[in-house]
Amino acid sequence: MRFMMMVIPKGYESTAPDTVPGAEAAAKMMQYNKALQKAGVLLALDGLFPPSRGARISYTDGKATVTDGPFAEAKEVIGGYWIIQVHSREEAIEWAKRAPMSDNEVIEVRQIHEMLDFPEDVQKVAEGFEHRNAAVKSA
Amino acid sequence: MRDVHKTIEAVWKIESTRLIAAIARVTRDIGVAEELAQDALITALELWPEEGIPENPGAWLMTAAKRRAIDSLRRSRVLVQKHEEIARELQVQQQRLGEAMDQALNQVIDDDVLRLIFTACHPILAVEGRIALTLRLIGGLTTAEIARAFLVPEKTIGQRIFRAKKTISEAHVPFETPRGDELRRRVKSVLSVVYLIFNEGHTATSGEEWMRAALCDEALRLGRMLVQLLPGESEVHALLALMELNASRTAARRGSNGEAVLLPDQDRSLWNHAQIQRGMTSLEHAQRLGGEVKYYALQAAIAACHMRARTAEETDWERIVLLYDALMQTAPSPIVALNRAVALGMAQGPAAGLDAVDAIATPAADSALAGYHLLHGVRGDLLMKLGRFTEASEEIQRATKMTKNLREQQLLTEKLKQIEKAASSA
Repeated sequence: MRFMMMVIPKGYESTAPDTVPGAEAAAKMMQYNKALQKAGVLLALDGLFPPSRGARISYTDGKATVTDGPFAEAKEVIGGYWIIQVHSREEAIEWAKRAPMSDNEVIEVRQIHEMLDFPEDVQKVAEGFEHRNAAVKSA
Repeated sequence: MRDVHKTIEAVWKIESTRLIAAIARVTRDIGVAEELAQDALITALELWPEEGIPENPGAWLMTAAKRRAIDSLRRSRVLVQKHEEIARELQVQQQRLGEAMDQALNQVIDDDVLRLIFTACHPILAVEGRIALTLRLIGGLTTAEIARAFLVPEKTIGQRIFRAKKTISEAHVPFETPRGDELRRRVKSVLSVVYLIFNEGHTATSGEEWMRAALCDEALRLGRMLVQLLPGESEVHALLALMELNASRTAARRGSNGEAVLLPDQDRSLWNHAQIQRGMTSLEHAQRLGGEVKYYALQAAIAACHMRARTAEETDWERIVLLYDALMQTAPSPIVALNRAVALGMAQGPAAGLDAVDAIATPAADSALAGYHLLHGVRGDLLMKLGRFTEASEEIQRATKMTKNLREQQLLTEKLKQIEKAASSA
């Protein structure tokens, strides 16, 4: 089972666009990342710039409207994520509990859909969908 | 709702390997280490549902294991404890053991985990013993889970583990990481155990479906662990690449009625492309380390050729033939030769393929492939492509009689129908 652990740092919705984590926090995070890696459960991870550098595209009546960040109305925004492969939801939760988070931070754990989780007709619709990436093509 | 037993199970999956490895550093016996760790788990199962999961469950288990170790030292000396001097000595020993455990448990080093893996996969053990012990000690699987995956009674797996631990203990197998040539030999043994676990999940047709998927995932996890522990060994990266690439086809290998779908007929959009990319990256890593022509690297390179083709027709069969040629140099076997013949048939036409098959089936090599249904299956397929339908159907019928595997039989019956159809329209 694959899970995404999303980090939701409080206040990140209004953080300055050039904010980066401090060395101490980064060192702790690296230690945790390393533990995930050594346990063989880590598939991917990324950190995201603050939303003040991003944009939101919302849709009404079939029309897309772009709002540049920061998003005053947003209460929770994602700061980064890990994708892990584990045996159970409980194991994903246990890993999340071990993350070096400070007060006010939240990790949301969500299971990732696998193609075989979808009903037959949805799988049929997805047939022929290719999302090969450049690395595969050029390799 | 969260189930506390499931949480304990999850904690065990995360902590057990390092726990056992750390204890084994002190006890120098993985059997004893595992028992102490199991005792700690039993204590946790008793206490945690009442008291809640501790803040740092790993450290809690370590402390519990330490207490058990000191207790058992006391029990082993209880008869002579009357003498004051011996009692004092025991106290010193207990203290020393406690300190050693604390030290080991405070900083589990990667080498401990690596030593544990090397010991569990020791060539002194029967292959089934290595597999069972690896899944138990490094995979954190229960005896019942292993039994379900291999479709054997739980008792059988229990005996395998018991016997393996006993063999290691009696042979005084040192708890260490081998060096030099010995390291190379032992890495080979570790990799073959991991690959056997993977293939049990990937290709076996017995056992419960979800448990087999779990075996694949577990083998992949072990592969990723090993890459971290032995980053300089090209074949470690290559095996991970091979497993990722093969596992990436899982969703496409089964048709809507549960029937097997072979590679050329698979819906390639169902392949897991993120996984393919991980496999490709690992393969490049192995090649950069200079391991291009080694056993797993060549197999991964062949898999990569298939994964790169957008359609079955786009497959670079010429390159696959070259890779099989190299594999015949590195690890010659009748099976590799048969696969090479199939590739040759695709690259240069069925006549060339048939020549290659018949070159394998010389009397000298015959024994290894005699009774091997795939040989006849391949021959039948090539004969059909050459329009020799009568011979083709004879070969397929021969192959059908040789396999007990239901899914293989289905595929062969399908093939027979194709031949009949082609023959009647010819």
